[in-house]
Amino acid sequence: MIRFILLQNRQGKTRLAKYYVPLEDSEKHKVEYEVHRLVVNRDPKFTNFVEFRTHKVIYRRYAGLFFSMCVDITDNELAYLECIHLFVEILDHFFSNVCELDLVFNFHKVYLILDEFILAGELQETSKRAIIERMGELEKQE
Amino acid sequence: MAAPPSSTTVISSASSLADSLFQRSLDDLIKSLRSDPSSESVIISRAISEIHREIRSTDPLTKSIALQKLTYLSSLYFTSMSWAAFHTIELLPSSSLHTKRLAYLAASLSIHPSTTDLITLSTHQLHKDLTSLSNSSSSSPFLPSLPLQLLSLAASPDLSTHLAPDLVPLLSRPSPLQPKAVSAAYRVLSLCPSTVPVLFKPLVDCLSSDNPLTVSAAVGAFCELSAPPNDPSPYLPLAPEIYRVLVNSRSNWTLIKVLKIFSRLVPLEPRLGSRVVEPICQFLRESQAKSLVLECVKTVVTCLPTHTEAIQLAIGKIKELLSADDDPNLRYLGLQTLRMLAPQHLWALEENREVVAQSLIDPDRSISCEALRLMMAMTLQGNSVEICTLLVKQAAKSDPEFANEILDSVLTSCAKDFYELVVDFDWYVSLLGEMARIPHCMKGDEISRQLVDIGLRVRDARPELVRVARELLIDPSLLGNHFLYTVLSAAAWISGEYVEFSKDPMELVEALLQPRTSLLPTSARAVYIQSVLKVLTFSCNSYLEESGSAVNNTVITRMLSLIEMTVGPLAESDEAEVEDRVRNLLGAVRLVGNIKDHSGDKDKDGMIYEVVKGMVHLFSDEMGPVSTNAQKRVAVPDDLDLKENLADLSEFISDDDVDNATQFRSKDSILLYPRNHNASEEVELGPTRLAESTSLEEHRKRHGLYYLSSDKEARESELTEDYPLVNEKLLPLNGDTARRVKVTKPRPTVVKLDEGEDLKTSSSLSNKEEAKDDALSGAIMDALLGKNGEGPASAFDASSSRQGTSKDKEREIKSKKSEEGESKNRHKGKRRHRHRKEPEPGVSASQEKPVIQDFLL
Repeated sequence: MIRFILLQNRQGKTRLAKYYVPLEDSEKHKVEYEVHRLVVNRDPKFTNFVEFRTHKVIYRRYAGLFFSMCVDITDNELAYLECIHLFVEILDHFFSNVCELDLVFNFHKVYLILDEFILAGELQETSKRAIIERMGELEKQE
Repeated sequence: MAAPPSSTTVISSASSLADSLFQRSLDDLIKSLRSDPSSESVIISRAISEIHREIRSTDPLTKSIALQKLTYLSSLYFTSMSWAAFHTIELLPSSSLHTKRLAYLAASLSIHPSTTDLITLSTHQLHKDLTSLSNSSSSSPFLPSLPLQLLSLAASPDLSTHLAPDLVPLLSRPSPLQPKAVSAAYRVLSLCPSTVPVLFKPLVDCLSSDNPLTVSAAVGAFCELSAPPNDPSPYLPLAPEIYRVLVNSRSNWTLIKVLKIFSRLVPLEPRLGSRVVEPICQFLRESQAKSLVLECVKTVVTCLPTHTEAIQLAIGKIKELLSADDDPNLRYLGLQTLRMLAPQHLWALEENREVVAQSLIDPDRSISCEALRLMMAMTLQGNSVEICTLLVKQAAKSDPEFANEILDSVLTSCAKDFYELVVDFDWYVSLLGEMARIPHCMKGDEISRQLVDIGLRVRDARPELVRVARELLIDPSLLGNHFLYTVLSAAAWISGEYVEFSKDPMELVEALLQPRTSLLPTSARAVYIQSVLKVLTFSCNSYLEESGSAVNNTVITRMLSLIEMTVGPLAESDEAEVEDRVRNLLGAVRLVGNIKDHSGDKDKDGMIYEVVKGMVHLFSDEMGPVSTNAQKRVAVPDDLDLKENLADLSEFISDDDVDNATQFRSKDSILLYPRNHNASEEVELGPTRLAESTSLEEHRKRHGLYYLSSDKEARESELTEDYPLVNEKLLPLNGDTARRVKVTKPRPTVVKLDEGEDLKTSSSLSNKEEAKDDALSGAIMDALLGKNGEGPASAFDASSSRQGTSKDKEREIKSKKSEEGESKNRHKGKRRHRHRKEPEPGVSASQEKPVIQDFLL
């Protein structure tokens, strides 16, 4: 199960934070700070998995943004790495060559996309095409 | 709160048009935040005060924009949003889909039952939205996904109970929403076991749905539900369904989850293993997806250790992973899975030793930690010396964090089971000394504990201990290191206690009294001073025995004057511990000095002899480890009647029982007792235990903590099993228990004490923990095996026995499991009706069979 997803830039500013477990505001702050510190100092040649408290964080850096997912210790790392990549691909498609600014100004849309393919910490849909189709339909509704 | 912005000071709260004219949108807010990063907090507080005003407006558009801004600030700038919960809920019923979405997003990000109870206000709205598909055809077909999201994040038990029935149609009807409903349902289920009767069956039906996404979601749901710390046994009856998914599914993601579930079920039912191994081997041979292969390897290695073909395949794959030089991820995963092979297939680890050693010095912390753990897993008595020396050498070269990790693992594994791994204690003791000297070593506490522990338990290691201690004490540079003072005080204690093995007591005294010891904290100094006294006593005694007179000996005189000089000033020290011992020491020194100065020649030697002998006698008892069970084993003297009513004691015991309990308990925690003094302290201990048990009873009476019969005898015997006595909390954790070990030639004796009760209490403790988790499992088993009173539930009195003792529960689970095993066998085509393990009459047993069969069909 995914516990939380964080998108942070190199300076530590959070661009997206979605939690699938209940946490207080102060705890969230601490968590985001710690995760940032963990991933930002790692050499690109190192593994994409780090231990974080009693869980693990699977992260990847795309341009200036770190995409981090905190999962349970027993979860399959490679599968979640692909999950992160899927998310990035969808964002890329939706915003046409997404950059950080797109995420900043389209804050609600990003959440919408995320909610469409992850619910309750579980990946719902693995097909990029299906998600994009669904998002298109949702857009028409508005 | 900042002053309102100048451009919007003209807002009049009455006119909503004016509001919206001047209201800043989210984009404006973002732009202003980005344009001036230094005044971020000012802008934020300004925005919040605006929002406070705007959100109370009656115009839904204004409200929604305000909410949007607030959501943004809350999720990215950590401003609290909980005060707006009511407004968020107000916007949920909005007719505009856009506003609705905003409101649901805000709700799912900020509202949670633990922070506010307002969530229950939205029950009706959630209900409407969940059932919107059937009620109104005009609304969006995706509308229910909004409340599903909210429910999965913020379900409270109340909400779950009310809305669970609404989830059922979404679960049963095939639609794009079905997978989402499944995920939301499993969350609701795990939060609120009372919804099991409603939700469980539809959830199980989803396993056989045609929609692969639904199947995937269902498998994911069961994977999470059966994950530790939950009990996976209730899901055993679902094994046939899940097996079908294993064989038929084409989605790697689903297969990974299926494998996870099986890795939890196979240990419970070994026959399942033989069914599952075939498909898994096939995946291992053919699949191109690394993630699936990884999961297969993990499953094989953890729960199919006896299937040789599968293991061979798995080990082959691990070797491939380990040899991926260009991809650190794969190497890391290879190391991780290799470790899982540890207890049973150590030969595989040995084969890959080189890779492991290489990985230990890898700059990547994840990889090196994993390699460290692997090395610890490979350590046996035979190779412990080699491995530990290598590791400590590596620690000396590594950065502080990793060095401490290495030390930690070496210390823990060598100390396990009373130093099971250590054959040569001389080597180990010198290794401990080396460890203390590693720069940035922060494990001083553990090192000192082990030094003292070994001193107590392993007689043969004492000379080496004294040697190591001497080296540590002599070195003045160590005194400044505040991580090491526990090690130094342990070294001082050892030198004092086992001074007979020391080669040069004078040197010891000089080391213990060197000027830099003033840098030590009080506790360490106190130990140092006490050790000086012991060394002095020993020296006097040994010189006395050699030549009749110790007084005229130059060494002794030097020692005495050194002590006077260095310790004298401390007599007025602020710290009680130090002052106390200094005065003891000086007292002894001056006593000898007085005799020397004042007595007549004839008596001198005699009196000094008496004094010294007296002091030696003080320190002559050998200290040994004391079992924490020792008190229990103290026999109650015949003339002490424990059952006598001690009502008059209550006059002495005040209303706060707690104080008394802790007061008595602190006596127990003194670990070092002279062994032969146990007998004389019986009488003291007797009333101690007595008062303690009466105060415990008082406490229980007050809080009505009685589950068992009021029969005193029965209670006392059962207390030891089900309700651990206050003392017993100390028992399983402290390692001071075991049996006397037969000496194997090279390995010295390690003194251990009786173990017996240890196992019993630890199992009774774990029983208690199981009882807590069983609320959900119990409900699920009920759902699987029959919800009505007839059927197996009644045969075992499930509902009433759930409040019973944990032992009953275990029995219940075991017998239900055996039934489930039976029914599964039937499913697999083996007819075993007549093979009944439990002594139940055939009638109720046959009643329950059809229930399972129907259910699983």
